[in-house]
Amino acid sequence: MSNRRATTVVASFSLMVCMLASVLLLRGLDRIRTATTLEEVLYISSPKLLKRLSLGYQGLLADIYWTRAVQYFGGKHHAGAEHYDLLAPLLQITTELDPQLLVAYEFGSNFLAPAPPNGAGLPQQAIALDEFGIRHNPNDWRLYYDLGFIYYTDLKDYPKAAAAFSRGSEVPNAHPVLKVLAAQMAEHAGDLQTARMLWRATYETTGDTSVRANAAAHLRALLVDEDVENLETLVSIYRQRLGRLPATFADLEKAGMLRGIPVDPLGRTYKLSSDGHVEVRNPDDLPFIRKGLPPGYVPPKTPKFLPSDQG
Amino acid sequence: MSARIAHIAANTFREAVRDRVLYNLIAFALLISGAAVLVGQISIDIERLVVINLGLTAVSLFGVVIAIFIGIGLVSKEIEKRTLYTIISRPVRRWEFIVGKFLGLSCTLVVNTFFMAMGVFAALLYVSGSFQRGDGWVLVALYFIILQFIVITALALLFSSFSTPLMSAVFAFCLYIIGSFAEDLRGFASLTRGLTRWLATAAAYLVPNFSALNVVSSVAHQQPVAGQLILYNTTYALFYAGMALSGAVLIFERRNLK
Repeated sequence: MSNRRATTVVASFSLMVCMLASVLLLRGLDRIRTATTLEEVLYISSPKLLKRLSLGYQGLLADIYWTRAVQYFGGKHHAGAEHYDLLAPLLQITTELDPQLLVAYEFGSNFLAPAPPNGAGLPQQAIALDEFGIRHNPNDWRLYYDLGFIYYTDLKDYPKAAAAFSRGSEVPNAHPVLKVLAAQMAEHAGDLQTARMLWRATYETTGDTSVRANAAAHLRALLVDEDVENLETLVSIYRQRLGRLPATFADLEKAGMLRGIPVDPLGRTYKLSSDGHVEVRNPDDLPFIRKGLPPGYVPPKTPKFLPSDQG
Repeated sequence: MSARIAHIAANTFREAVRDRVLYNLIAFALLISGAAVLVGQISIDIERLVVINLGLTAVSLFGVVIAIFIGIGLVSKEIEKRTLYTIISRPVRRWEFIVGKFLGLSCTLVVNTFFMAMGVFAALLYVSGSFQRGDGWVLVALYFIILQFIVITALALLFSSFSTPLMSAVFAFCLYIIGSFAEDLRGFASLTRGLTRWLATAAAYLVPNFSALNVVSSVAHQQPVAGQLILYNTTYALFYAGMALSGAVLIFERRNLK
């Protein structure tokens, strides 16, 4: 083998080995630096300073911070975290760098406001973020919707929710659901139907996969709550009629009170307990349900329903 | 073999010194002493922070500029001056020439960093009156900066083995900037789907990861650096530089120098 050929073979082999080793080491580095990166990011927590440092490329910097915010929340939720301390500053920096980045406000109202473990538990900061968004994008109905959503869902402040929906309904090209929601708040604020309308609107209008997954989980939970309530009513009617509890749902079917064996939104049959209560088979897969929980059920520390929770 | 590489490395170092590369130390000394005097007078309780942040950033930037501008000329200058023909007509193999050049410039950068580090510590002593326990982590940050230089030098050599000096400088600078956002690049890749995700992830893993080598902010806050990170960064930088050097050797070995 000539010297040149030998050098080529050795260098090619070395190139492959070094490339493989550096990729593997990089994966290792990613594992040990997950939290460090974000901590370092927030050594510069002033959006104004970051704007100056971006030399006019604040749009790109906002995109970077937005990605970091999504990854931060997704990563921590997946790890079962109970605190999301950096979510508020990350979203604040993102929106101050690019006030037109509407998805960041929506993300804030969905994950900054709810109590831990499903959010950072900072509704006031979520409201401040949305008000900032409204000041910079006064003609975007989604921001008023998000604001009303926080008041309704997290603070149960129905008059303020109604005011936000009403403000939004006056914006040109506003979604018709805003007018309906504003009206609903006055009389039917606590109704299941109102909650369903709100989550459905979120599900249908969002472009963010995490927000959509969150809305879908809430819609499933509302459906379960309604199903369990209806089924337990049927059980008590059956008891009044026949003087005993039904042993299975088939008894209700035979009595002509049901058209089939009822299933939950995930397609699993409900369970009828001996004392007449209706339960879901796997409550871990149905976060946010309030009815149909087995007695003594302890929910997981962080329910898994976001796309980032998979894998 | 090792003697030939050592000779080339020593000559590269000597040439860099003769080219007044170390004159950048004067500019650095002026910058760091000016900053020390300034923050010492305005006293805003972050004197140490400013000196460490400014000092280490300057060490890094000065070194990167040297690594790129000297690195891109290591091969092309020898061809231009026709001194390369004298070297390879002797019993010196082409790969030995590349490795020798790499080691020579790396040594120059280590010496340069050593003097600049002395400046940083002198400024630190001036503003705080004494060293603190956490200041030792500054040495780790400096070590990571040297690892950064090693990777950039190897990349500059790789580009200079097939491109013009101007284009090599552009490539190296672009890769330096992209590498500084390497973790965000991998973040973007993880948000994509399908083939795009595969391609973006592959690209994100191929660019050098300079963000993991940058611990300036955390050491300025006297935060310790994990031993595991030091180990991973060291092996990563050596393997990445090895990869770039192997590429440079492969290209240079087949290059027609007539």
